[in-house]
Amino acid sequence: MVTSKSYKFSFIILIIVLIILFFTNVSLGSISIPFNTVFNSLTGSADNYIILNYRLPKAITAILVGSGLGISGLLMQTLFRNPLAGPFVLGITSGASLGVALIIMGSSVLGGFFATLLISKWSLVISASLGSFLVLLTVLIVSSRVRDTMAILIIGLMFGSITAAVVSVLSYFSSAEELQQYIFWGFGSLGDLQWNELKIFALIYSVGLLFSIASIKALNTLLLGENYAKSLGLNIKQSRLIIIIATSLLAGTITAFAGPIAFIGLAIPHITRQVFNTSNHKILLPAVFLFGAIIMLICDGIAQLPNTDYTLPINAITSLIGAPVVVWLLVRKKKMVF
Amino acid sequence: MAAEIQNIILETKNLSIGYKSKKAKNTIASNINIQLKKGELIALVGANGIGKSTLLRTLTNVQPKLNGEININSKPLIEYGSVELAKVLSLVLTETVSSKNLSVFELIALGRQPYTNWVGNLSNNDISIVNKAISQTNIEDLKHKKCFELSDGQLQKVMIARALAQDTSLIILDEPTTHLDMYHKAYILKLLQKLAKETNKTILFSSHEIDLAIQLCDNLIVMSDKNCIQNTPDNLINQGAFNTLFPNDLIIFDQTTKSFRVKK
Repeated sequence: MVTSKSYKFSFIILIIVLIILFFTNVSLGSISIPFNTVFNSLTGSADNYIILNYRLPKAITAILVGSGLGISGLLMQTLFRNPLAGPFVLGITSGASLGVALIIMGSSVLGGFFATLLISKWSLVISASLGSFLVLLTVLIVSSRVRDTMAILIIGLMFGSITAAVVSVLSYFSSAEELQQYIFWGFGSLGDLQWNELKIFALIYSVGLLFSIASIKALNTLLLGENYAKSLGLNIKQSRLIIIIATSLLAGTITAFAGPIAFIGLAIPHITRQVFNTSNHKILLPAVFLFGAIIMLICDGIAQLPNTDYTLPINAITSLIGAPVVVWLLVRKKKMVF
Repeated sequence: MAAEIQNIILETKNLSIGYKSKKAKNTIASNINIQLKKGELIALVGANGIGKSTLLRTLTNVQPKLNGEININSKPLIEYGSVELAKVLSLVLTETVSSKNLSVFELIALGRQPYTNWVGNLSNNDISIVNKAISQTNIEDLKHKKCFELSDGQLQKVMIARALAQDTSLIILDEPTTHLDMYHKAYILKLLQKLAKETNKTILFSSHEIDLAIQLCDNLIVMSDKNCIQNTPDNLINQGAFNTLFPNDLIIFDQTTKSFRVKK
């Protein structure tokens, strides 16, 4: 697929913006660190504890979260031919929520096994991963029996409702402290990751990213519709599976490590399409990566309220910033490109 | 005789088509024997609900046959791999493309997907084939437009160009003239006739434009509830094949003008 217009210039600008924002993000926080100190620490000529062990992992997490959610949103929107699809239509968040709800609130309701577990960062990560994996697996098994891709969308939403209902029942029976802990998880957080956690996060993320890149040709073929794609020799079931696996690896790990980050996955592909007016995924995929990373760094910068000791929930900021941007773009262009 | 066999692109022997479920077999048409030769334009006509779409779906491997044989280039259809089939058979369907934000060039270039590498990069050869398809269908002026800017007639030409870019010996179109005005119906069918002659490709299309098909096609496949026959338009008229095509209470076939008329 050849796109008549070259987007080199836009890409160069986006990369420069990303680098500037990355350094700004690292330098801002409850105490501002001058740019030259940031630069020296990152190049290894100075050793700043805050930067190396707190700010840097957080900035990297922001980049991974933003780009990963954006890409999985793009994959889902093309696969389901639906501009409202996002990374979580397959029931990934609801599965993760269920896992976390069970570990936090299940101890009082179910007792026994759950009560013996300590609620640490790792137990939250593991339960979120297990929860989203199990829900996703169920959705996959059910959807392998249906031929229509749209049915998968509905099935994903239905499983989301079921898990949400289970979470409601659990919340009803749990204590105020447990409820608060669960709600805090739901706010999302970019700053809790240690280097060893970040390594595992980045590894799974990379596998998901590779699967996404491998799907570029299939995604472009799917732009014609499934029947045309089939007539062009595309194996629909296999491509569908690879796209779903890519999304679950990306969105699943992100939810496990950073909590359910709302809105980014849905909005980033739309913001990108307004700037890059093409359907070619060879252009869109890297563009979505850059936009996702940039917008997540901005949101994180705002959420940590520079020079104060407060940090706002990242989940609120993404929607507060993202939604008006999408509305503004749509009003300005007067046309929805999809 | 050997040359004759080489010229046959698609052939069916005693083919029966229909739907099969665990409980029952619903045969829609049986004993279909057709031969499509190189460089021919063939129309598939018949009343609504007679099984034209089922036949096309069976010939294009979208649904399984019930019985009999389908051979493409003397090889059974079921032995083709999906990419291999995409290199001998291209389709123009009635459905619209799902992303209208594609440019005309991008859409036609997607016809090269069976030949491109894992990420879909076009070689110079691919680009020249796409440009050739664009000039063969006279849509140079649309090349840089987006699909949502096109009229139905223009979009149909673009879809035909995409099938040409797929570079197959057989192109099958499902009702390519629906939604078009009288002029564009004739235009599209005339274009198909020109393409079959110039490119030596075999083009099969289903249509309700029997009058036009009689004037433009080399062969017609006429499906009725009794049988499915293939012949040249003149032979079919002489056999009276069109007289029994529809119930005769409203329209009749006039053999002298070779067209249908409303009963007075």
